[in-house]
Amino acid sequence: MTENLWQPSASIEVLKLRAALLQQVRDFFAARAVLEVETPLASRAAITEPNLDSAEVRLPGIATPFYLHTSPEFFMKRLLAAGSGDIWQACKVFRGAEHGRLHNPEFTMIEWYRLGFDHHALMDEVAALLRTLLPELEEGDERLSYAEAFRRYAGLDPFEAETAELAALVQGFGLDPAGLDRDALLDAIASHKVYPQLGHGRVAFVHAFPASQAALARLDDDDPRCARRFEAFVAGMELANGFHELLDAQEQRRRFMLENERRRERGLPVMPVDEHLLAALEAGMPDCAGVALGFDRVVMLAAGRDALHEVISFDFDRI
Amino acid sequence: MASYNTSEFRAGLKIILDGDPYTIVENEFVKPGKGQAFNRTRVRNLKTGRVIEKTFKSGDSVEAADVVDTDMQYLYTDGEMWHFMVPDTFEQYAADAAAVGDNAKWLKEQDMCVVTLWNGVPLDIAPPNHVTLKVVETDPGLRGDTSSGGSKPAKLETGAVVKVPLFINEGEVIKVDTRTGEYISRVKE
Repeated sequence: MTENLWQPSASIEVLKLRAALLQQVRDFFAARAVLEVETPLASRAAITEPNLDSAEVRLPGIATPFYLHTSPEFFMKRLLAAGSGDIWQACKVFRGAEHGRLHNPEFTMIEWYRLGFDHHALMDEVAALLRTLLPELEEGDERLSYAEAFRRYAGLDPFEAETAELAALVQGFGLDPAGLDRDALLDAIASHKVYPQLGHGRVAFVHAFPASQAALARLDDDDPRCARRFEAFVAGMELANGFHELLDAQEQRRRFMLENERRRERGLPVMPVDEHLLAALEAGMPDCAGVALGFDRVVMLAAGRDALHEVISFDFDRI
Repeated sequence: MASYNTSEFRAGLKIILDGDPYTIVENEFVKPGKGQAFNRTRVRNLKTGRVIEKTFKSGDSVEAADVVDTDMQYLYTDGEMWHFMVPDTFEQYAADAAAVGDNAKWLKEQDMCVVTLWNGVPLDIAPPNHVTLKVVETDPGLRGDTSSGGSKPAKLETGAVVKVPLFINEGEVIKVDTRTGEYISRVKE
């Protein structure tokens, strides 16, 4: 690389747009009386999700490790249980080894929680915020269940298809299916065939994810194979992930244990379960829905750029 | 055995897949927020030139191919092999017809070429982008016609046949772009 690496990876013009967009986010939540909060980046506990790698950090003189959060979810839920009411924040999150055109290991997340909302009410609000930040998006949104999205764009039912059928499909992408479990096969199909088709012109939502892919969401009352989880897409890119939040502390503990079990099977480090979060759920968290939005990708779309480093002041290669 | 982790993937990296050497043409990291990460790539088989789509589970390792591009001087052909030499070390390498392929028609003795070595054996050769070659066979030139835009085939000293302007005569020397096979200009000796 011959360019000067001391220089920012984003132009000053883009950084000005970025600041204006963040102000619009602030105004959006202020108008809805959602309280802006700040929570710690480092925690003694971490998410157990096997596909999220928390960065471990050491504080001098303290023997036990800390973990940089992959989302502010657990602290925000503790605020909700403590009676905060509706809350939002913009913060940095860290995800190990996620680096590419649409990924930077440190990125900015907009996360918010709405009391009394279910996932569909929150999808309405996500679409409204996205249309505010990206005014060229058409009115309204498209909502597809995970199963509908797979049937339409991959030609199979993700709940009914034989695992062998999924494996045969991913071989068509030049991917060796050996060692991939059913969820990983579905992720491969989603990444190659389904998600790139979504959100062209207007916001698209996928909801009713398999329960195995939604450890923090409540299950659907009508179909317990599905969880009340959704994702938002624009221009084939995943922008947000939300849940109608699980309130049951015992069930949450069971799922954390299950995820740690999966980590053990894959040879990944077992993470310390967040006992404070479980205690908060035990004490009682109000019925709510919450969502996390990748702000950098929104800036990228607003700026008409096609790589994340072009909208981040100093990307991973310059730190 | 050297290997690369998917986090090291970038365009130009040389890897082994199913026993053949490949170069990575494109690499994209894809990952659903809560899902499995993959490296989606397009790779070119360095033996056949074929480009295929290949996806790897992120975190996996792939065998590295010992493939290096080296500047070498083309010496001669014995009809079966084409012989090259590294000017600094005088080391010589012999490339077979599979490695030289169609590029044989551009090889002129003493020209500098890029020879791609795989485990020390020539895998591919790239002639210079521009070569200067003598016309050995073409229809008689039309005197004074330097602008009509017409063209005719001309056979060059290395065996290549290219389209040249009508005013080019046998025995003249021309410059050709080897990437497109197109005539560039006449060269005065």
